[in-house]
Order: sequence, then C-alpha cells, then structure tokens
Amino acid sequence: MSINATPTGADVAADETRRPAAVPKQRGGRRKPPLSENKKAERRLGLLLCAPAALVMIAVTAYPIIYSVWLSLQRFDLRFPDQREFIGLENYVTVLTNEFWWTAFGVTALITVVTVAVELVLGMGLAIIMHRTLVGRGLVRTSALIPYGIVTVVAAFSWRYAWTPGTGYLADLFSDGAPLTERASSLAIIMLAEIWKTTPFMALLLMAGLALVPEDLLKAASTDGATAWQKFTKVMLPVMKPAILVALLFRTLDAFRVFDNIFVLTAGGNETSSVSMLAYNNLIRGLNLGIGSTMSVLIFITVAIIAFVFVKLFGTAAPGSDDGERR
Amino acid sequence: MAVETTTRAKLRWGLLDVLVVVFALVPVLWIASLSFKTPATLTDGNFIPREWTLDNYRTIFDTDQFVRALVNSIGIALIATLIAVVLGAMAAYAISRLDFPGKKLLVGVSLLIAMFPQVSLVSPLFEIERQLKIFDTWLGLILPYITFALPLAIYTLSAFFKQIPWDLEKAAKMDGATQGQAFRRVIAPLAAPGLFTTAILVFIFCWNDFLFAISLTSTERSRTVPAALSFFTGASQFEDPTGAICAAAVVITVPIILFVLFFQRRIVSGLTSGAVKG
Repeated sequence: MSINATPTGADVAADETRRPAAVPKQRGGRRKPPLSENKKAERRLGLLLCAPAALVMIAVTAYPIIYSVWLSLQRFDLRFPDQREFIGLENYVTVLTNEFWWTAFGVTALITVVTVAVELVLGMGLAIIMHRTLVGRGLVRTSALIPYGIVTVVAAFSWRYAWTPGTGYLADLFSDGAPLTERASSLAIIMLAEIWKTTPFMALLLMAGLALVPEDLLKAASTDGATAWQKFTKVMLPVMKPAILVALLFRTLDAFRVFDNIFVLTAGGNETSSVSMLAYNNLIRGLNLGIGSTMSVLIFITVAIIAFVFVKLFGTAAPGSDDGERR
Repeated sequence: MAVETTTRAKLRWGLLDVLVVVFALVPVLWIASLSFKTPATLTDGNFIPREWTLDNYRTIFDTDQFVRALVNSIGIALIATLIAVVLGAMAAYAISRLDFPGKKLLVGVSLLIAMFPQVSLVSPLFEIERQLKIFDTWLGLILPYITFALPLAIYTLSAFFKQIPWDLEKAAKMDGATQGQAFRRVIAPLAAPGLFTTAILVFIFCWNDFLFAISLTSTERSRTVPAALSFFTGASQFEDPTGAICAAAVVITVPIILFVLFFQRRIVSGLTSGAVKG
C-alpha cells in the first residue's frame, strides 16, 4: 500500500491526510491543518509497531472462530471421517435439545453467579485490608498474591486431597463419607476452590479503585460524624463504581470459563460439568469436532451476550477506553 | 487515650491480617505437607507430616515424564513471555506515544481478547494445528499463549509507558547525546521496571495454563507440567500417585512463590495500573 495520496481514497492513510489532525509532539489537542512529513512518518511508525501484535491476535482468534462456525455446520466425527458432510444447523438442534448441555449450562451459570457474588464481598474486604491496614501491609499483599499466582491445577489438587476421606484434613468436617462424590457438596467445593483462587484478583482490581478515593473526602465525612458504614456506602462506593464494574465484568466472563478446577476435582462426574468441560469432552475424548465446535460457538455467543449486557447496562467503563488524557 | 485507640486499631488490623494470611496459605502448606509424607502416613489425614521424607521428590526427578514436562513448561513459558513482551512493548509504545489511525480499534480488540472464552478456540485450533502439523509441538502452545498474553502485556505496558517522562529524552539529546545514547542511558532504564513486571505477569499466565496444554498436546513432547499432572501414575502403574503429584505441584509452585516474595510491589502495581483507568 502506498502512502502517497491515491485518488480513490481507499487507502486509509491517504484518506486521513486530507483531514486536520493533532500535532504529534505538542499535547493538549492543538490542531494544525496540513499534515507534515513528520506526522505521516509517525502514523506509519504507529501502524508498523502495532501490526505484529494485531496480526497474531487476529490470526489466532478471529480466523479460528470463523473456522469453528464452519465446522459446527458439519457432521464431523474424527472416528468416522468418511461421514463428514454439511448438515446446516443440525448440530445446534442436537446440542440445544440435549439435557446434558442444559445441565452443564445451569451448573456454569450457578458457579458464575455464586462465586462472583461472594468474591465481590470478600474481595472488597480484602481490598480494604490491603489498602488500609496499619500493620503488615507487605505481608498481607504478598500472601494475597499467592492464590492469584499459583497454578490452578495445583490448588485444585490441594482441595481434592483435602476433601478425600482418610487423606484430607477437611474430609471429616461434614460427617458422612466422601464429599466429592455427591453433587451438592462437589459443587460447593468447586466454588470454594474458585473463590479461593480468584478473590485476590478481584481485590486487586478493587484496590485500584480504592486508591482513587480522596483521603480529604473521608476525613470530611468523619468530621461530619459519618459512621464507617456511611463512609463506605456514601463516599467510597460511588467513587469506586467504575472499578467495581470492570472487576465484575472481568470476573464474570472468567468465571463462565471455569474448567481447571472441575477437571481436577470431579472430572465432571455427578453432573458437575461446566460448558467448557462438556465441550472439551466432546472434542478431545469424543473426537467429535462438529458437536465440539457447535458448543464452542454457543459459549462464544453466550460470553458475547454477557459482555454486551454489561456494557449496555453500565456504560463503557472499560479499561483503555481513555487513551491520551490520563491522570 | 489516642495511643490506646491506635494500639487497639493496630491489633484489629493485625487480626484481619492473620486471617488473610491463613486463608491464603493453608492450601499451599497442605499440598507441601502431603509431598513430604511417607507412603505409610500419607493417608493419616494429619495436617503436619508425622514422618518426613524427600522420596516423592526423588521419584519425580527420576521419571522422564516429569522432567520432560518441566523442561516443556519452562521453555514454552519463557519463549511465549519473551515474544509477548516484545510485541506488546512495540504496540504499547505506539499506543502511549504516537498518534495513528486504528489505535482505538487495537485497544478494543485487545479488550475483546482478554474476555474471550478460550474453550471456543480449542476445537478449531485442534483441527487447524493438526493440518499445519504444529499439533503437539511447542509452537502449537506458544501461539495461543502469546495471543492471550498480549492484551495483558499491552495494557500493563501502556500504563507504565504513560508514566515515563519522555521529555528527558529530548533533554539528553540537547545535552549532546545521540538518539541511541538517549535511548540506552535514559529511556531504557526508565522502561525496564515496567517491562520486567509485565514479563512476570505474562510468565505467570503462561505457566498457569491448563486448557490449551491438555487439548493441544498428546504426548510428552510438549505436555507442560499442569497437563502432565493429570496423567501422573507414580513410579509404576499401580502405585498411588498422590505423593508424586504433590511433589510435582510443589516444584511448579516454587517459582510463583519466589516471584511473589521478591516482586510483590511490582506485581501489585502492574495489576492495578493496567486494570483500571486512574
């Protein structure tokens, strides 16, 4: 592509040259009509620097997701490759009328809602402790980072052995038998493992919001006789709202992908499969690419809907929505 | 009176601190404890081992299965981290310093990928990688790792780069430094902490992955430790693998503990600066 102005205007860079734009080195949005050589060079450099990252991200996500849609429209079982054919939406009918899918969907939704709600409360508490504690701030922050950093599978094994009768220190807590062989207790343990692992992440995101609460405002509220709870709800929460929404959005979408903990703790037994677990089983264990891809596409659509609803309901408080004018 | 309240406040915070520390550490200490137990005491349910042994560690380092997986984990995570940080730094520099069309789009795409359900990629990548003959290779894992690490790298690095006083570069040049010198002596030292922090975060992400690791590998050739753990059988098929699994789990937890111990401040600032506009 040539940067020199082409009469068609198809070239983005060329098109942009006709419009006035901000001067590079002088910040503050002053405008100067003609686009200097410098300016053009800056645009070229910007595009060049971003190109590799953009290409990798698009090549590894956009293309496969489109390919996935194509696979989902076929009967494609690797055990019977001869029967591969285009069957339209039949796979979607199969999945959406299948009770295992809806059970897994329900389990995933339950885990998402419960863990995110509990994490919001615990995470807020942890964030306040990490931010305001008078003693041992470094110690608390270091400890809190351990669940965040540890390999999920390792933590999951720790929980699994903790609840295994005979081996574990927690197994006898609720009298009868093996907690990981019953549905309700298995789900509770999966949620416990998820909450343990991701509360610190939630807390860190919330702490970023806490740091924005002006200290004078809290002092002023104290002088006016506000209780701790009033300070929290009337002063801190409103300031923290954007941070809370970002944390909620990220954690909700992350929780919806729950896989590692279930894989290790129950392997999806006793109807504890999440949708990710089910898609994995159909693909890798069942080698059914058609059905596996159909589930992949459905999960993608669900996540897109959740993200869309969040953004529509609460506005775009997304990180990065502010370039340039920071601080 | 004032002194008394602060002491009491300190005590209260101290208690809360202890609560957090216990909450965070118990599962880690438990798996470490299991890894030091002898086979005879493994199932006694005691939180602290009654008999200590290093046999479990000897066992895993004697098996090819674990050593190979460890090499894979380290190699794949390091390469993916290096590439993601380099590509991320280039993009973040452009985002924080240059004005060019498509900037908003790039930020938007990164955000989308940060929220992308990874399992949706498992089926197509499985098939595409088989066709490209990169299924069950290092490259086959490095590619998705870079992709999902890039948004993290771009956000964290842009936040860091925005805090660098770039005018110093100009000042250095005015004082007679060449472009290269200005970069090497002034900008690089200022940017290094940000790059380092980002590298730690990206490494933790790659080190952690399980879904891609079990879906896109099929042999010891490229299986990483988290994936290998779920296939562990102990020294022989019939031996209880619990001790071995715990020892392997502790081994891959050590780097994380070291990062957290030495770089707590950096990790916290990296995660909080990139996450929310501030």
